[in-house]
Amino acid sequence: MQNQETRGNAAPIIAINNVAKTYQMGEVAVHALRGVTLQVARGEYVAIVGASGSGKSTLMNIIGLLDRPTSGSYQIRGQEVSQLSKSAQADIRNREIGFIFQRFNLLPRTSAQGQVELPLFYAGVTGAAARRRAVDALTRVGLAQRIDHRPDQLSGGQQQRVAIARALVTQPSLLLADEPTGALDSKTTTEILDLFDELHAQGLTLVVVTHEQSVAARAARVITISDGAVVSDLSTRTQSE
Amino acid sequence: MRMFRYFGLALGNIGVNKTRSLLTMLGIIIGVAAVLTTLGIAAGAANSITSEIESQGTNLLTVSPVASGQASTLTLADARVLANQADFPQLAGVAPTYNGNATFVRGATDTSGQVRGVTADFPQVSTVTLASGRFLSAEEGTNAARVVVLGADLASELFAREDPLGQEVRIGGDLFTVIGVLKESGGSPFFSDDTTAYVPLAVAQTRLFNAPRYRGELTVSSLSIKVVDGYPLASAEQDVEVALRLLHGLGADDDNDFSIFNQASLLDLAGNVSTTLSLLLGGIGAISLIVGGIGIMNIMLVTVTERTNEIGLRRALGAHDRDILVQFLAEALVLCLIGGLLGVGLSYGVAALLTALPGFSIAVAIDAASVLLALSVASASAIVFGLYPAIRATRLDPVEALRYE
Repeated sequence: MQNQETRGNAAPIIAINNVAKTYQMGEVAVHALRGVTLQVARGEYVAIVGASGSGKSTLMNIIGLLDRPTSGSYQIRGQEVSQLSKSAQADIRNREIGFIFQRFNLLPRTSAQGQVELPLFYAGVTGAAARRRAVDALTRVGLAQRIDHRPDQLSGGQQQRVAIARALVTQPSLLLADEPTGALDSKTTTEILDLFDELHAQGLTLVVVTHEQSVAARAARVITISDGAVVSDLSTRTQSE
Repeated sequence: MRMFRYFGLALGNIGVNKTRSLLTMLGIIIGVAAVLTTLGIAAGAANSITSEIESQGTNLLTVSPVASGQASTLTLADARVLANQADFPQLAGVAPTYNGNATFVRGATDTSGQVRGVTADFPQVSTVTLASGRFLSAEEGTNAARVVVLGADLASELFAREDPLGQEVRIGGDLFTVIGVLKESGGSPFFSDDTTAYVPLAVAQTRLFNAPRYRGELTVSSLSIKVVDGYPLASAEQDVEVALRLLHGLGADDDNDFSIFNQASLLDLAGNVSTTLSLLLGGIGAISLIVGGIGIMNIMLVTVTERTNEIGLRRALGAHDRDILVQFLAEALVLCLIGGLLGVGLSYGVAALLTALPGFSIAVAIDAASVLLALSVASASAIVFGLYPAIRATRLDPVEALRYE
């Protein structure tokens, strides 16, 4: 964590340079990404939009270190990560990236606190320290009263808040959300997006992958992907620094 | 400690689907119970044989003539030499016996049994105990009195519920007065003494069986020798062997014309037999444990598939290969251990049931070592068979896994 100040301020949170991803489907090579270059600075709120099949999911998987680019470079806070070992990538995912999924991906029959402690477990934080941090994270998303509730005792919006708390608890450099409101109704969607705004205001860096314009509209910067390439990269409002 | 968390996690996951977990564990439960019950029966049988042997005394030597067709060379003279306390202080007692089979008749009842001609010292070198009356006296030995001490079964067959003491029984045409009745030797199916009757040695040798002579001395069927406490049985055996070879005039190249049998070597033999038996039965049981392990592997493969999404999530949150591997191995191990413990419980139940069963004479003895062994084998089979599903779990592509419905 001491590196965050020294290295983090100098380099962008993520720097993707000419990244391509090609899948070999039998004889046919499918180009999911064709040379994407983009940077996300600390404190930015970026939406990545695009139609289904545009390559935005592939881009998100590469940003999340769940997939490797075929070529190109990917740096997180100045460190080249695309060629790291599986194990080193797992550590970076744990430390630097907080994932938020469309379907929440909570463990069944596990309390909210247990869900949020899960990434801490893989970070080697257990016991009272893990519990304190989990409760803090749940408080931050407004679920202080729900720490003992299991997913089946929570509404969809509350479940997504638990997932957000789980993403926040390791104090990652980046929150990476994949269609975070895809499974929510419009009222809950607004609540979650308000929470994103709040977190952004607190200085967190957010990357939201979505196909919904209303969700993308909340972001300060919208990157549009089409046919595996960035077709537009617009700042919708001035970055407040 | 992180390891405990995996076991806690495993317990939680197993508790979620209790019926399935129980069915999964069934192979291990039955396997462990089978191993422990069979080993317990083997150990129980060994215990009962050992205690039989021990009840005959373990500081006893029995010298018998070599049964190779030639006439017996073991005589009363040998007995007299060995019984000399000045020469053989290490021998507490030497009792020659002469055995034969005879028919016992009392009124209309008859039965057959063994007759042993013995001296008054015989009770000292054996474990016969009287139920009533007395044993043969030295005087009756000298006088060749027609008196008999009956084994328990003989007494009950000939006299039913009457008191046999003082009554007469016909053995080989002569009338004998019953002076004592022995206690049952303890339901021993292996070394029953209960159909044996004891008469004075001279009576058996001359009156009943017409024992041959060797160098002018009456031959005997055996010499029962008791070694003094604290003197090594093996040394005593050697002393007796040397003395008898000398007495029989055997040259350095001659084989012994007698054999010495000691109870301790019989104990060793029984121990070897029961070890072999345990290995055999344990081996068969181990196969059932392996089959149980395969059952666990099947269910673990299903579990990994069902929880693909969870595995993807754990990946995204920073789980290494090792974390995923250990999680599923721990689950297989916990399944096996719970199954194993249930199997241990079941085996104790079966053991109690068998032991209580009338007509089942063996007390099933399950010892801690076999429990430990069975649980270790079950755990080893969990690790071996849990490994493949666990490795499958680590091989899942996180992107695919997260998308899996």
